[in-house]
Amino acid sequence: MSAPLAALFLREWRVARRIGGSGAMGVVFFLTLVAIVPFALGPDPNLLARIGPAILWIAALLATLLCLDRLFQADAEDGSLDLFHLAETPLELAVLVKCAAHWAATGLPLILAAPFLGLMLQQETMALLGVVATLLVGTPALTLIGAIGAAATVTVRRGGLLMALLVLPLTIPVLIFGVSAAQAASGGTVPFYAPFAILCAITLAALALCPFAAAAALRYLGE
Amino acid sequence: MRLCVENLSVSRGGRLVLDRLSFSLSAGQALVVTGPNGAGKSTLLRAIAGLLPRAGGAVALAGGPPDVELPQQAHYLAHSDGLKSALTVEENLGFWSRYLARAPDRRSRTVDAALGVVGLGHIAGAPFGALSAGQKRRAALARLLVAFRPLWLLDEPLTALDRASREKFAAAMRDHCANGGLIVAATHEPLGLDEASTLTLGAS
Repeated sequence: MSAPLAALFLREWRVARRIGGSGAMGVVFFLTLVAIVPFALGPDPNLLARIGPAILWIAALLATLLCLDRLFQADAEDGSLDLFHLAETPLELAVLVKCAAHWAATGLPLILAAPFLGLMLQQETMALLGVVATLLVGTPALTLIGAIGAAATVTVRRGGLLMALLVLPLTIPVLIFGVSAAQAASGGTVPFYAPFAILCAITLAALALCPFAAAAALRYLGE
Repeated sequence: MRLCVENLSVSRGGRLVLDRLSFSLSAGQALVVTGPNGAGKSTLLRAIAGLLPRAGGAVALAGGPPDVELPQQAHYLAHSDGLKSALTVEENLGFWSRYLARAPDRRSRTVDAALGVVGLGHIAGAPFGALSAGQKRRAALARLLVAFRPLWLLDEPLTALDRASREKFAAAMRDHCANGGLIVAATHEPLGLDEASTLTLGAS
């Protein structure tokens, strides 16, 4: 069982890292978005320090959604999706592995870039740690929830916008608890662990539910 | 091993494309499905593979391992190749050999051997996207060889192939039949299999 999944992970990882893959696109978009914010808001250190975690989180959310629309569509176009139906590996596990590889190729670079961009937004050490910790826990949930939208729009040409509309409301809880935990890390009245624990719970629930929802959508639309 | 299709009905878009179709095929036999465009050739192959819901009837592969369902014993080759442009031919086939193969089988070929059969050994390291249409087709055919599955469902397998490649693929199909495999192929052109029986679907 594990050899096919390892092979799938490696294939997805390679496709994402090659030229034209989604790996670099997300992190460049993230960098662009965060870099232009100080120009738009003005260089007030206090303001940037206060809204920095929120900006990093919004940018991470949009960068994740930007890269997700091709998650299953590329496979549907080149016929791989039909072959996944014929494989012994359950489609749910294939979806989960595809999400894991996609997160490793696009989500992980965002998290690695976040501390450096955080410095541009006047974040202190504790705030930087808070943002990195919440992104590390929260972005897998964004990828998994986005996979449902990607599966539901797999037959729609240029379905990226429709996918974003479907998925954005579902990602709001992740955003709320991610940002509040990140802000709590640098002080404030709310303890860090309360919103952080809820964020962890959302990610675990997404991990358990989303592969089934996405695989069900793919099965239904494949017919 | 025997493929039995009984009273198979499939409707697409509210129209009954296949109406109570029955045939059976024994191990080592090939069936060529012919008929005009829209007669339901591709629909038949997709319905056998379990990729389309059946409106009625049954499809069964008797005599195989009891715990394995029919789709997991079938190779499906359609117009799209199932291979990624960004990866090399070798990486693509290596992936499918590991993803589609069940337990190791002496009838599965290595990636190198399969590429040799279709005559692509010299460009194994080239990106799949850089190949010509005929070479892409040959790489897709090599996928059938890297993981042994008894039933081949081929939809227009010879598209874009030159004469030499057709002969090579005909030899590979004869090999497959000799190994106890079954082939159902939808095509407008002769496959080069003398012993194949023919099923003609009428346009309706």
